[in-house]
Amino acid sequence: MTRRLLIAAACLALITVPLWIGNNYYVNIASQILIYAVFALGLNVLVGYAGLVSLGHAGLFGVGCYAAAWLLAGGFGHLTAALIALLIILATSAAFAVLSLRTSGIGFVMITLALGQILWGLAYRWIGLTGGDNGINVPSRPAPFGLSLASAAPFYYFTLIVFALAVASMAVFVASPFGASLRGTRDQPRRMTALGYNVWLIRFLAFLFSGFWSGVAGLLFCYFNEFVSPNVLALSSSAEVLLMVISGGSGTLLGPIAGAALVVIMKNVASAYIERWNFVLGAIFVAIVIFMPEGLVPGSVRLWRWLWAGARRFPVRGGVR
Amino acid sequence: MSQWLLLGVNSITLGGLLFLLSAGFSLIFGLMRIPNLTHGSFFMLGAYLGVTFLGLGFDFWLAALLAAAAMAVVGGGIERLLLRRLQGQELAQVLVTLGLSFMIADLCLMLWGGDPIPLDTPPGLGGAVPIASIVFPTYRLAIVAIAVVIAVLLWLMLERTRLGAMIRAGVDDPAMARVTGIRVSRLFTIVFCLGAAIAGFAGVIGGPILSVYPGLDSDMLPLALIVVILGGTGSLLGALVGSLIIGFLYNYGQVLFPELAYIILFLPMLLILLFRPQGLFGSRVP
Amino acid sequence: MSALVLKQLEKSFGGLRVTAALDLTVEEGERRLIIGPNGAGKTTLFNLITGELRPDAGAIALFGRDITRLPCRLRPHLGLARTYQIITLFPGETLLHNVTLSLLGLSALRWNPFRRLARQQTLIERARAALGRVGLDELAERPLAQTSYGERRRVEIAMALAQEPRLLLLDEPFAGLSIDERKEVHRLLLSIPRDVTVVMIEHDMDVALELAERITLMHFGEVIVEGTRAEVVAHPRTREIYLGG
Repeated sequence: MTRRLLIAAACLALITVPLWIGNNYYVNIASQILIYAVFALGLNVLVGYAGLVSLGHAGLFGVGCYAAAWLLAGGFGHLTAALIALLIILATSAAFAVLSLRTSGIGFVMITLALGQILWGLAYRWIGLTGGDNGINVPSRPAPFGLSLASAAPFYYFTLIVFALAVASMAVFVASPFGASLRGTRDQPRRMTALGYNVWLIRFLAFLFSGFWSGVAGLLFCYFNEFVSPNVLALSSSAEVLLMVISGGSGTLLGPIAGAALVVIMKNVASAYIERWNFVLGAIFVAIVIFMPEGLVPGSVRLWRWLWAGARRFPVRGGVR
Repeated sequence: MSQWLLLGVNSITLGGLLFLLSAGFSLIFGLMRIPNLTHGSFFMLGAYLGVTFLGLGFDFWLAALLAAAAMAVVGGGIERLLLRRLQGQELAQVLVTLGLSFMIADLCLMLWGGDPIPLDTPPGLGGAVPIASIVFPTYRLAIVAIAVVIAVLLWLMLERTRLGAMIRAGVDDPAMARVTGIRVSRLFTIVFCLGAAIAGFAGVIGGPILSVYPGLDSDMLPLALIVVILGGTGSLLGALVGSLIIGFLYNYGQVLFPELAYIILFLPMLLILLFRPQGLFGSRVP
Repeated sequence: MSALVLKQLEKSFGGLRVTAALDLTVEEGERRLIIGPNGAGKTTLFNLITGELRPDAGAIALFGRDITRLPCRLRPHLGLARTYQIITLFPGETLLHNVTLSLLGLSALRWNPFRRLARQQTLIERARAALGRVGLDELAERPLAQTSYGERRRVEIAMALAQEPRLLLLDEPFAGLSIDERKEVHRLLLSIPRDVTVVMIEHDMDVALELAERITLMHFGEVIVEGTRAEVVAHPRTREIYLGG
């Protein structure tokens, strides 16, 4: 009952954001948080539920970005561009998965890192296709059913709908038999094989699901900025979204969303007052991995319960350890 | 014709620098089972420290050695103070090295500014050597010579000394090495110091060719990563062969396919991953 | 038709031979005990049968079908299940979820990303029933991490039985159990229907001998003696190996 109330309250709060914030600058930050939350939810499928840490997801986000921008700049309509971009995202995810799923653990980290760097190199150096450092300008935001998304509030609602879809799909996925299979492959891959599961195929499908939402976030980001540059594919982007997942708490539904809010807000605050965002990003990363490896959401929950329940400590689960 | 040969010398030079970078990266990977994502930062921070030491009036080679010593302290400190706390948690260690790389990059930007800093070629090596009607830049040949000397020294250290024997044992089987009474944790520190020192040294002596700029770390790290995936982790020979392959691909790729040069670098890596995941000279899939 | 036929099965790790030209036939419905000193290659034999290891040479047939090259993940679908000597369960999940995963492994439902697992009544009832068979139905909702060693061993057996195998491999099911738990597991194994073939590795001869009609003695990867209890016990090689003669 309380759970339903909380969900209803959260929905109400999210829907009314443009009303009580008012200022377009802050509404845009709210949109950014939602975009990155979709991205982090996508990565969380791998990091949290499959136990596979990818450092190349900015590549998939960036492919969504670039594919849409390139098609739109090439004169395609919004619907066609979005559909083709989604197909390209799925194809790239499949290629990433085939190459990186030959290993797990640290090998997986390295290969996804290298693959992400390849895409960054493509965006940066293949000037004929991507415009290199100059990036690609997007002519316009889409106007679904004739509704213009040009200003901050309508775009926020558009993003909110996509975000809601992402959250709903995650909630259904996590509670499904396939979600249980995936978590099984995270904890005991060899045992899962002996129980009759095709561990590789389960991971592959999870990778596609993860890549899909990462790419969708990229698509949104492309509409949001109306411009793409190689920065979206940089290693620091992959690290940022991984930080969102880990700081919020991997393997939970709420964690990546909280992490996205935290990182986006910090990034905007940090860039307003101190110029050293990357330093702060790195420092938080180190601090969280060392002191609160299970993430802020489960970490705070644990702290909260611990404070209430006195000496009784709860076992720590999930996280990167 | 001579242009292609000159390109060959440049390739070997870059290969030499890459070897100095990836030898430590590979040893750390072999021993600790983690890709040290601060390794590119060691290279860049070493180079910037070299800039500062040169500015203080030190001789080029002394500055390079001082930078190496400083990087040994930095590397050892990172291992002792941070990675040690996360022993046995490889993933957490990798993430810490990633976080550190961002911190170091930003620190360098803060201290040395955003403009590229060119380093002067050390005195006496600025000219060119004519060999069989082709003129080779002396300094590039000197880098090759230094890389060869360090490679031989590393090889002797690994093959002929007690320390080397312990490192090899640790690379082959850390659990077994621990059982036989080797203090693996001390080896970790030593290898981290050594790797950071060589990378920092390479950063300085690479300065006159590459110059020193923000982003040098993220340019070099993927190269070290490819070299080690190509050559196999923990293998000195693998690092050497991998470095040369990448050195050649990089230089010839730049000339032949300027837009795709960066991609060409990754092609052999993809092939290796598909057909020989343990690398050319490695014994184990990472 | 034989339940399991191994022909000239060989496996080496590096230079170390673990099984050497191993021949073994187990008839349908049989209760077979495999004994032998540590390092005899018993668990390796199980790993070869389930496909977790690939043999270097030889052939494996399950109910008349050659499965030598069949991937490990397909073998449970042919009616093969096993328990492990070293417990490899899902520590963060409840007992019920552990057994449910075992059932799900053979169900097409495992690919379904849309339905709610918690609403799959038939599946969950079957998992609960499997837990009931090992006397753990009251602990169904308890996380595995909060159970005792003996309880986990029984979860292992419940997971294997839940898959309703035709051939069940038990790797030291009595190891580390208290006397009471032994009795319970013993009763449980006796209750396995006769159409299920059981191959068991066990050190505790007293308990195991009551369950098995035929015994195979392995040593250094080879079958030394095979026969009834009396035959194996009376064989000179058995004494030699066990008494260090």
